[in-house]
Amino acid sequence: MTEKPKLAVWKFASCDGCQLSLLDCEDELLAVTDHITIANFPEASRAVLNGPYDVSLVEGSITTPHDRDRIQEVRCQSKYLVTIGACATAGGIQALRNFTDVQEFMDIVYAKPEFISTLDTSTPISAHVNVDFELRGCPINKNQLLEVINAFLNQRKPNVSLNSVCIECKKRGTACIMVAQGTPCMGPVTQAGCGAICPAYDRGCYGCYGPMETPNTSSLAIWMRELGVTKVELQRMFRTYNAEDPDFRREGDRHGGESL
Amino acid sequence: MSDKHGGGTRTIKVDYLARVEGEGAMYLKIRDNVLEDVKLKIFEPPRFFEGLLRGRDFREAPDITSRICGICPVAYQMSAVHAMENACGVRVEGALRELRRLFYCGEWISSHTLHVYMLHAPDFLGYPSAVEMAKDHPEAVKRGLALKKTGNDIMNLMGGREIHPVNARVGGFYRAPARSELSGLREKLLHARDLALETVKWTATLDFPEFEQNYTFVALRHGDEYPMNEGRIVSNMGLDIDMSDYDNHFEEQHVDYSNALHCVMKPGNKSYHVGPMARYALNFDRLLSDIQDVARSAGLGPVCTNPFKSIIVRAVEVLYAVTEALRVIDNYSPPDTSFITVEPKAGTGYAATEAPRGLLYHRYTIDDDGIIKDANIVPPTSQNQKMIEDDLRRFVPTCMDKSDDEIQYVSEQAIRNYDPCISCATHFLKLEIDRR
Repeated sequence: MTEKPKLAVWKFASCDGCQLSLLDCEDELLAVTDHITIANFPEASRAVLNGPYDVSLVEGSITTPHDRDRIQEVRCQSKYLVTIGACATAGGIQALRNFTDVQEFMDIVYAKPEFISTLDTSTPISAHVNVDFELRGCPINKNQLLEVINAFLNQRKPNVSLNSVCIECKKRGTACIMVAQGTPCMGPVTQAGCGAICPAYDRGCYGCYGPMETPNTSSLAIWMRELGVTKVELQRMFRTYNAEDPDFRREGDRHGGESL
Repeated sequence: MSDKHGGGTRTIKVDYLARVEGEGAMYLKIRDNVLEDVKLKIFEPPRFFEGLLRGRDFREAPDITSRICGICPVAYQMSAVHAMENACGVRVEGALRELRRLFYCGEWISSHTLHVYMLHAPDFLGYPSAVEMAKDHPEAVKRGLALKKTGNDIMNLMGGREIHPVNARVGGFYRAPARSELSGLREKLLHARDLALETVKWTATLDFPEFEQNYTFVALRHGDEYPMNEGRIVSNMGLDIDMSDYDNHFEEQHVDYSNALHCVMKPGNKSYHVGPMARYALNFDRLLSDIQDVARSAGLGPVCTNPFKSIIVRAVEVLYAVTEALRVIDNYSPPDTSFITVEPKAGTGYAATEAPRGLLYHRYTIDDDGIIKDANIVPPTSQNQKMIEDDLRRFVPTCMDKSDDEIQYVSEQAIRNYDPCISCATHFLKLEIDRR
């Protein structure tokens, strides 16, 4: 009998939501464990098997000196390293510190900042080690997660669309809320994967999957301005869960103003 | 990890407490069979939410704060929307209020069931994980997964997705469901009610250590319903305050070994207990009599003071949440509009709601343009941290005849009694026993 492939799940600065997606696969979880060994997944099991691991799923961004070292060890133990979610792929919401002085944040939250060890920045995993695949989303889509695990275990490329959310609205049959209702929407520049949920719930996409491949953000910004979005608001729209992603960062930097 | 030193001196050290949400550590110092020190250390990296909220629009708070925790995003969204509405002098009533309750029921069912079956039950039955437990107890694990899924179904419908749902907004929802959409959940919830009932019975068959404690319980209490989004903050020791008075009675303290703030009750900096056991003890009379009967037949009185039995209390709350969700669905008539318009107004707003793990307090100061000037968030695990340490301080001495491995095992179990969410509290758990 051949040994089952070993899966590990690692956490860095994050909310736990993306790894929870694996436990949220209620219909598939037990079937998945028939084919793989969950070798290191502290949120789900106190049993830890030693590496190396066939696939490592990495959640969270790098924000502390300790984590900056730890990700190197994770890479060394992993045949394939897949980042899951906006934190691991783009620095996450906590990357908003990259636009300010982290000391100021520390003083706001902690009475004794000298007790806290943190870096000035929140950076994606790819800024530190080679990453084999980045799965986007805040949070990730669990069906995409199953596809990615399946693909890596079968030595093939994951089938994950690089299109925009607009394509998913069309598939879902949602009328364009930007055109029909004049609601500002990040969908045209945001990578698909969520299933175009926001427009189906009568709100504009807020870009939690990060930029699609070659997004035309400057054109979208012009359309947004015509809909009455202020420059400050526009900057906030690009600076949310994927603020550190180069495409969103560049566009966000073009807007704003002294009031931020 | 366990290292035995010669001469009756032992050091037990565990580097990572599993089956909790987030990254933490526990340090126990034992000298000559006397427990000298207990520290719950949280090394989850700080993410500075209260800092990054400054300068953001008040309408962004529910989405941004939900990113504090992927296990209880609805709780963050609910505390945020209520605090902002409080700041702006708006109350959301009627069908929209009912829909918020339904949405929260989804999270209670899903989060509690995750903890009961996947995080806590393996401790009682001696397995490292629910996946391992499933090999010997397949029906139980499948029951848990099916029940959890029903909670997620509610969040999916009400919020678009179960983790970081997109539909909650200040003033109500972006889109209110049609009656037919909600009635689609009815069959699933009727089945879930049977599963929840079985869950209560099943948890009651577990073995519990004798460990009755004299807790100060703190929870919301509402005039006529089991609390979720509204009520006064009360305790079994006579506290009865408005949410806006929270800061006068509770204080967050920063200790050198933790990235999470410890919250204590003033005066005297006392520990207190929030979560299912506190809600239950302070609101037993707000449960329907048939749910009270189910709790009694599971061996619970109107107050449960053994934290190991919190697993039964969670199961009772799941039954409550399923029943309450059915009530909302059966009485639902869609609101005229999915939200009421909330105009920003300079001021400070306060809200506390009942997250699955307990009281979640938000306070925001906004300006006339709705820009957030100040934010303060006190999650349930910050409030329970000192209580967890106190429990260990009393529980570990009862286990001194046990081996280091056994002490480690039961100490982990005692920590999990609180379903600690360390992502919330710093916004991880490593167990270290230093025994000589």
